[in-house]
Amino acid sequence: MAVTEAVDLTAQPKGKHLWLEHVYDWVTSVDHKKIGIMYIVYSLFFLVIAGVMALVIRLQLMVPNNHVVSPQTFNRLFTMHGTTMVFFVGMPILFGFGNYLVPLMIGARDMAFPRLNAFSFWLSAFGGILLYFSYLGGEGLFGAGSAPDVGWFAYAPLTEKVFSPGHSTDYWTLSLLLTGIGTVATSINLMVTMISMRCKGMTMTRMPLLPWLYFVTSFLALIAIGPLTAAQVMLMLDRYVGSHFFDTQAGGSAILWVHFFWIFGHPEVYILVMPAFAFANEIIPVFSRKAIFGYPAMVAASVSIAFISAGVWAHHMFTIGLGPGANTFFTLSTMIIAVPTGIKIFNWLATLWGGKIRFKSPMLFCLAFLFQFLVAGLTGIMLSAAPFDWQLGNSYFVIAHFHYVLVGAILFCIFGAFYYWYPKAIGRMMNERLGKWHFWLMVIGFHLTFDFMHVPGILGMPRRIYTYEAGRGWEYWNMIVGIGAVFQAVATLVFVYNLVWSYKHGEIAGRDPWDAWTLEWTTSSPPPDYNFALAPSVGSRRPLWDLKHPEDPDSNYE
Amino acid sequence: MSVIVERALGAVGTGEAMLFHRPFGFLGLAIEGGSPTSIFRPDATPAHSIFGLSMFILAITGTIFAVVTGLLIYALIKFRQREADTSGEPAQIFGSTQIETAWTVIPLLIVVVMFLTAARVILATQAIPKPAKTLDVQVVGHQFWWEYRYPKQGFVTANELHIPASDPAHPLPTYLEMSSADVIHSFWVPRLAGKLDVVPQHVNTMWFDPSKPGLYLGQCAQYCGVNHAKMLLRVYVDSPEDFAAWVKRQQAVPEGVTSTDPAIAEGKLVFEKNACVNCHTVSGTVAKGRFGPDLTHVGSRDTIASGAIENTPENLRKWIEDPNQMKPGALMPAMRLNDRDLDAVTKYMTALR
Repeated sequence: MAVTEAVDLTAQPKGKHLWLEHVYDWVTSVDHKKIGIMYIVYSLFFLVIAGVMALVIRLQLMVPNNHVVSPQTFNRLFTMHGTTMVFFVGMPILFGFGNYLVPLMIGARDMAFPRLNAFSFWLSAFGGILLYFSYLGGEGLFGAGSAPDVGWFAYAPLTEKVFSPGHSTDYWTLSLLLTGIGTVATSINLMVTMISMRCKGMTMTRMPLLPWLYFVTSFLALIAIGPLTAAQVMLMLDRYVGSHFFDTQAGGSAILWVHFFWIFGHPEVYILVMPAFAFANEIIPVFSRKAIFGYPAMVAASVSIAFISAGVWAHHMFTIGLGPGANTFFTLSTMIIAVPTGIKIFNWLATLWGGKIRFKSPMLFCLAFLFQFLVAGLTGIMLSAAPFDWQLGNSYFVIAHFHYVLVGAILFCIFGAFYYWYPKAIGRMMNERLGKWHFWLMVIGFHLTFDFMHVPGILGMPRRIYTYEAGRGWEYWNMIVGIGAVFQAVATLVFVYNLVWSYKHGEIAGRDPWDAWTLEWTTSSPPPDYNFALAPSVGSRRPLWDLKHPEDPDSNYE
Repeated sequence: MSVIVERALGAVGTGEAMLFHRPFGFLGLAIEGGSPTSIFRPDATPAHSIFGLSMFILAITGTIFAVVTGLLIYALIKFRQREADTSGEPAQIFGSTQIETAWTVIPLLIVVVMFLTAARVILATQAIPKPAKTLDVQVVGHQFWWEYRYPKQGFVTANELHIPASDPAHPLPTYLEMSSADVIHSFWVPRLAGKLDVVPQHVNTMWFDPSKPGLYLGQCAQYCGVNHAKMLLRVYVDSPEDFAAWVKRQQAVPEGVTSTDPAIAEGKLVFEKNACVNCHTVSGTVAKGRFGPDLTHVGSRDTIASGAIENTPENLRKWIEDPNQMKPGALMPAMRLNDRDLDAVTKYMTALR
């Protein structure tokens, strides 16, 4: 039985009038919902910055021998675009949603460690500011500043003092170190919250899939951030103390860095994609009006993806010369990931099957995700075959492939999540008409850009080049790619406008605008500071279904 | 050597490649438009066997794509919420062990097949013994140019790699032993072979056996610093006779060194009295630097600046005047020569044939 209703007799806090009072309230908050929203707003800010960088990159490459930016600027642009998108957009926005949703969905009043939670956020926030401060302080006290220009995976020995003088690389190293600590703390926090603060009746097997996937993501972050931090520390020692971990001029190893980085870097992909799966797992069933198909299989697939993903890093190194043995092993381990990933796609399909599908904005984004993630998975299989990767690796095909994952899958799910949970967090619906505009512009832009981006890769165009000669057959494709980027920019503007417009003018949402089934929809929108007036108790994975259909509760079947 | 060809082809042979090429032919042509760097126009063994494997995997993934997309579109149309429908919630189905098992086992089998196919190509490319007759070249990657050393022939050149065509009846594959003088680079000439990284403190070996003479293009495929974009690759596959003649010329002292033309001799003097000699080698002279490209036969090359600029006297002069103007990030400094010296050095460089 789900108990969800209670009269709220708690005294309401006084209204605040001065903007400074609001600022003080947010800055000092340890409330998981406020911290979640701060994470999200902070990431959106960086999303816009790094998105503009992507636009400049595409503009530069639209025609051969272009001179919109200098090579030095271009190299900084792609380094900052990548680093920002991965560490200061992807991770914080996903942890923001996790912060907001996990306690609500497991019927808890806050995270296990609220103060640690605030600490993590401010560390990450400071990390982002530090990275961008490099534009002013990168060269140190003399000369103009400059941002890092070593690429987002910063292969040694390019990062060593000899090849990268000044301080730009140090800003990169330090900002990643800082956010890494924040990420580890948040991961521990989320895991402890889920282990020890689930409401009455919510066994692990009754926990909704979103918290489950955040559990897996947090576990992955916990094991992945360590190697990255270790590598950053070694790099700093190389640069300042004169050690020789990666200093090939003195006998160090360039390949060592690559190992460390991708032992972090590959699980990182799944750290980013699991939360996207989590959103799809909540949205697709609600808008198909069916329970998720194969809940245990979904959990098992997620857990096995996490374990396998820790053993595939060297597929980023098929071209570095590890030899036939390693190449064969990592081809196999990488291909095997296709199996649990396939299970997920099939389960989502089966959830749609026999449902009554409602094409609202959140669902539209998740359906596009389903299609795009399928394509991303299939190009991933191509890249997993080491010999195919010898051709495609480090080409624009790889760029298209991982943007298919990061934009086509993850960003689309994030947009879906915005439309789905905005009413809960703000109390008002987002505008559906603008939502449809956003969706279709985004779909057109995405496919123009990233479908056609595969082609120059097949035609031999490597990544990270600031310009190219005419006559290689790349120019038309890059032109289309650039045009698509403009569509995506317009779509994002529509989205941001919708966020702002709906904040004041959106339709009042009420508790449960989507007729959904999980606990966050039992409390008011936005939820009070304490989330639930009475601690809820649940009897199945879908407590609100049980409440709405007392004649046929889920507990009969689970 | 025939072993290499047979085994590599045996893995995913040309027959198979042709078979798969046909259905994709139209698409392939539409995509390529005759690109000189297309991975789908292989002209040597590793590129060929990779192409065959690629087509095999494309066929499998293409089929999966068609089936799953078809199911998705069908579900979206068939199971959409209809206006007139007021019958309440659909039947709730929680899962099915049989179905889950089916879509676990079938993908697993597909993975096994793809893995075995890929493994054969990996082994056929990287795990075969080196044949007795090969051309050996040492490749050294530099920011932002390529050094090619021919140890058996006893000369060094830069940026334009010449190799002989390999007659399938009497194969003579080229083996590249690659390492880097500074940061990581990557050697990628798509029509000859997949890429392989050029790593400092680490030697990687790659090989190819192109049978058709011609010029094959590529470029550095690992970000290596400011001018990574203009670190281009040019591989000249010569007929065996042309190659022998080229080797002979490379071994000879260039005419610029022995020339009695006073203009050329002046250029040589300017070159040798300035810091040029600290970085460049012109064999048979006092210039013995190794930081920059070997210039012994620079006059006979088609390009300068690692394939980025056509080798004409005007370009050469502009380059010597200020390399960064032509190739931002180039590590060669502007030597601040006066016009007379510039003309003289240009003349000398052009005469180094």
